[in-house]
Amino acid sequence: MRRRTLIGGALAAAAPLAAGCSGGGASDTASARGRTTLSYGIWDVAQAPVLQQVIDAFERENPGISVEIQLTPWSSYWTTLRTSMRGGTAPDVFWMNAVNIQLYAANGALEPLSEHIARDRTPVGKHPEALIDIYAYQGKQYGLPKDFDTIGLWYNRALFDRAGVKYPDETWTWDDLRDAARELTNPRKRVYGIAAEMDRQAKFYPTMFGAGGYVLRDGRSGFADPRSIEGLRFWTDLVDRGWSPPQSAMSEVRARNLFLSEQVAMNYDLSAMASLMYAGPEIKDHGGVAVLPKGRERATVIHGLANVVSAKSRRKQAAWKFVDFMARREAAQIQAKGGITISSYEGTQDAWLKSMPEFDLRCFIDMLDYAVPYPSSRNTAVWEDQEYLLLGAPFSGKGGVEQAARTLAKQMDRALDEEGK
Amino acid sequence: MAVFPSTAAAEADGRIRKPRSKPGPDGGSRGPNSRTQRAAYLFIAPIGVGFLVFYIWPMIQTFGFSFTHFGPFGGHSWTGGDNYARVVQDVTVWRAVGNTLLYGAIGLITLPLSVAVAALLNRRGLRGVGIYRALYFIPFVTLPVAVGLVWNWLYNGNFGLLNEMLSWFGVSRHYWASDPSTALWAIGVVSVWQSVGYYLIIFIAGIKGIPQDYYEAAELDGAGPVRRFFTITLPLLTPSIFFAAVICVINSLQMFDLIYVMMSPTNPALGSTQSVVSLFYQWAFQQNNQGAAAALAFLLMLLTAALTFLQFRLQKKWVHYA
Repeated sequence: MRRRTLIGGALAAAAPLAAGCSGGGASDTASARGRTTLSYGIWDVAQAPVLQQVIDAFERENPGISVEIQLTPWSSYWTTLRTSMRGGTAPDVFWMNAVNIQLYAANGALEPLSEHIARDRTPVGKHPEALIDIYAYQGKQYGLPKDFDTIGLWYNRALFDRAGVKYPDETWTWDDLRDAARELTNPRKRVYGIAAEMDRQAKFYPTMFGAGGYVLRDGRSGFADPRSIEGLRFWTDLVDRGWSPPQSAMSEVRARNLFLSEQVAMNYDLSAMASLMYAGPEIKDHGGVAVLPKGRERATVIHGLANVVSAKSRRKQAAWKFVDFMARREAAQIQAKGGITISSYEGTQDAWLKSMPEFDLRCFIDMLDYAVPYPSSRNTAVWEDQEYLLLGAPFSGKGGVEQAARTLAKQMDRALDEEGK
Repeated sequence: MAVFPSTAAAEADGRIRKPRSKPGPDGGSRGPNSRTQRAAYLFIAPIGVGFLVFYIWPMIQTFGFSFTHFGPFGGHSWTGGDNYARVVQDVTVWRAVGNTLLYGAIGLITLPLSVAVAALLNRRGLRGVGIYRALYFIPFVTLPVAVGLVWNWLYNGNFGLLNEMLSWFGVSRHYWASDPSTALWAIGVVSVWQSVGYYLIIFIAGIKGIPQDYYEAAELDGAGPVRRFFTITLPLLTPSIFFAAVICVINSLQMFDLIYVMMSPTNPALGSTQSVVSLFYQWAFQQNNQGAAAALAFLLMLLTAALTFLQFRLQKKWVHYA
């Protein structure tokens, strides 16, 4: 008989982390050689080699401190982290995202950094303001960003050429995009103009903001706002007209993969996907990227990861030193050269831009002027789950986007009310 | 006292006689001597301690937590029946309960299938029985994650094998696992396919336990194979079927792994396939609401207990103990 014990699974997931930690945790502040060992929790294996270079630079500057990377895959990162927080074995420094920051800050799981920042004059102003805002909670700064992501319009030049459509540029509006999507759609070759995937960060948040709507303001949902609904309808319309595959066709094979395999001609996607696009021979050869077309206003979504210090850490001074180092120019430059993420430190992005000369990656940085921070609240996951549950039908061409958005707004408001309790 | 309800029922019916304590050699009526008793406890200690620590104690704790608001990083505050009120009022819960019952009903289809296959595999003179048994049993011992992934590819709307085969008969492409009207059935089929092997083992053992004389006598009287199956095999197999039905319903009510693997978060059919356990997972581990999740878990326990109780009541009408 099979047993499906969830608790057992969670414990098993936490075990390697706990085991990895005990080495550093056994000696309170210093190991036998008199060095402080910090643990650094991350989830992306692709970034580990570059981060190791940053760590090497940090260790050269601070001979008394060494840093060990603790890798937990994304799928279990947050559950593992919460479990190890309870058990007191959480890493000293770890990656944080917008969805979780307020949950952790509100529950006292993170060390406030404002005083450290003031004392050590950390160059916070060199990072995009929208990004810094994400990691502030009730007037205190809890994290310092390491990189950022914005959304751009990726397109396939070969498919554009074949359909005789002009490439997207900064003059494009939503009407231009719709016209192009119509022209590019070719049912016989099974090519769609664009991928209207149900994806909040890369697809419907940017257009909700672009239509002048909002997701969250003063603790209330923005989904019932007519402008927000207009932003959602932008996508569901494309599905209804047959210029995009329905969501039911994109739940296993993501839009990104359809774009890579040249089945869709345009795709809204993250700047972080540049290296993946670059790895696809077709897209490297004839792919391009442009700023997002203008709706009622110009908008894109900005998100980035931040380094935070655990409130339970027994090595907070050393942990802060590391976070501070990561927020400065040198670390940002090492990261940028790695070519995987865009460093958030102003003026260090050149190396990243040059790493893929075939793509006009500068557009991602140009969009910073009007980038809207990724919205989040104290328990973001609750209403984010509702989004996908309710919007699935309209994104599959079943209609009813307005009704779904209104229901979503109600449920989201209820979830937001519950957070306050 | 009998631990197993079936034994208890048998005891009550007088089918099993309780061993009467015999007077010892010295005339006194003592139980088994204390040394053997201590040894017995030592032998069951490993499983007993594990059971207490990993099942009973968490169960008691969960019950306690279901009356609290449970912080995401530990710490909880008493909220009385709030969580239960929320569970009962939430539409998604009732939808999940409905889906779960449907999974249970689909799961029961496994039983007649397994009985039929078991009867076929027990035919005299069948060659390669071992191979067949292994073939049926492999899905059961395969990792559910692997099973889910492979079936997802079979169901895939764009290039899945299922659509390819159906297209030979002129059936148009369909997104089996991401269309809300078919997704639950798509998952149900996988779970049936996966568990046939397990019940097969139970039924093969059950059939082997039926005395061969009955068949010989029936054959002499001129009963054909179909008649023999329905008048001998099936009635005498009912105790095994009853056991399998209880296990099957309990397993189906705990449906989680296939949903978790086969349904991506952006699958539009997510809402119409969600079971109580996957809702529990979502609440407890994604939405940081362990208190309400604990209440939900207890709702599931009550549901399971009620259905199992019902089955025990109904068994008297159809189970024949030889």
